[in-house]
Amino acid sequence: MTSLETKQRKIPFSPSNPESRPFWSAAAEGRFIVPKCNTCKKFYWYPRAICPFCFDDKIEWVTASGKGKIYSFSVMRRTPEPYAIAYVTLEEGVTMLTNIVDCDFDALKIGQKVKLVFIPSEGGFPVPMFTLEPDHGSKG
Amino acid sequence: MSVKSRAYIAGAYEHPTRKAPDKSVAQIHAEVATGALEDAGLTKDDVDGYFCAGDAPGMGPLSMVDYLNLKVRHLDSTDIGGSSYLLHVAHAAEAIALGKCSVALITLGGRPLSDGVQSGTSPRIENPSKPDVEWEYPFLPTTVNMYAMCAMRHMYQFGTTSEQLAWIKVAASHHAQHNPNAVLRSPVTVEEVVNSPMVSDPLHRLDCCLITDGGGALVVVKPEIARSLRRPRVRLLGAGEAVKGQSGGEIDLTFSGAVWSGPAAFEEAGVRPEDIKYASIYDSFTITVLMQLEDLGFCKKGEGGRFVSNGNLISGIGKLPFNTDGGGLCNNHPANRGGMTKVIEAVRQLRGEAHAEVQVKNCNLALAQGMGGLLGSRHGSATLILERE
Repeated sequence: MTSLETKQRKIPFSPSNPESRPFWSAAAEGRFIVPKCNTCKKFYWYPRAICPFCFDDKIEWVTASGKGKIYSFSVMRRTPEPYAIAYVTLEEGVTMLTNIVDCDFDALKIGQKVKLVFIPSEGGFPVPMFTLEPDHGSKG
Repeated sequence: MSVKSRAYIAGAYEHPTRKAPDKSVAQIHAEVATGALEDAGLTKDDVDGYFCAGDAPGMGPLSMVDYLNLKVRHLDSTDIGGSSYLLHVAHAAEAIALGKCSVALITLGGRPLSDGVQSGTSPRIENPSKPDVEWEYPFLPTTVNMYAMCAMRHMYQFGTTSEQLAWIKVAASHHAQHNPNAVLRSPVTVEEVVNSPMVSDPLHRLDCCLITDGGGALVVVKPEIARSLRRPRVRLLGAGEAVKGQSGGEIDLTFSGAVWSGPAAFEEAGVRPEDIKYASIYDSFTITVLMQLEDLGFCKKGEGGRFVSNGNLISGIGKLPFNTDGGGLCNNHPANRGGMTKVIEAVRQLRGEAHAEVQVKNCNLALAQGMGGLLGSRHGSATLILERE
């Protein structure tokens, strides 16, 4: 676990799940895609091969706007390099676990507008994180 | 069919150790098994059902039944984290009601302190095939983070304050001062809690439970055997169990799985929250307690902060005495799993065997509530309602 606590905040990550291959392939090209069920028409998260609402396997991947709002967050202060973990609710309606990066952690608030930024992991795959929108607001 | 009055908790034992560098995990399981059987007045040869969870070494019941040299006809190793042992009591009662066993032994043991496990502040990745790993592990979701985000949202939505959460720790510390085995025996103030170092906003160090070695065990028996023993009789009135996950991305961090396991247990028992004289509430963090108290119906959603304030959880002072052993916050959180000790203290209260300074008068009805896993992503919840016969 010590590698997680280095100042560089390395992300030791290498996806291996065949269900999620489309996501990471798109991410490698800089595209942020979100799964949607073709039968019940609902977006869902996290990605998986069946729709968690209707169990159908007719899944499509939709390019998402990458915009969202902070649903909740916490700044971890016990590690040598603090980080902000958060749940972000995407414009598409689903809420995902992520990190908020490149911002003043002490100024974070629930409801702030955020946008996607892909951060490279050690395994080479970009990981979906978020940063504050220039006009991030403060209500949600 | 219901489990109501179909089974009794005849034996309960909490290991006195809080740090056990010279004991193996299997050995701790064996020592607590011995303790609980002695407490019940039974022997290993009486055991015909065995229950354990993910803290058991090796292949769980395979390894432990062999190590303990038991001969059993019923097994269950359902693992819902720290709440497993409450679920095991319910499942033991179900098995007893069906005639599948008559004396069920449930054990918990572990040594995270001696093994140097940073349980709360390092991400734990037990199994890389867990389907959520790729979507969470890169973001370093440590245990404390996944409770802190629930506290943050609760504060945002309901105006809950750090001072209100601190009252939960204050109450636990008032109880722990009377427990000679408790790790933290000094009463603390609200100011001391909110001025302790911030770990993960908004949770401070004193909002977090202990890391301890140790364990505990329970013996659940059929009514005929309970009546033959010389111990006060504690019977199971009702039980509920649930898993709350991320709901396909429709996430709501303001409630726990206790909204399902609690009402199921109350309905089976035929009692209401206001009837409960004592409550053991899983206390991995202060927010865990607040959330479950609301979800169990002890107060309305959003009013937990006011409910826990001003000593309302302190025995002899407040309306709902909780965790009179000091709980996971001050006494013991063996193997990072606090459910076993929740049941044990409820049994002590119902028998009238809690410390005199914290014993609830005429304690004939108690609730034990467990929460295992991560409150902010996926967790198990198990509720028991127990009665002194």
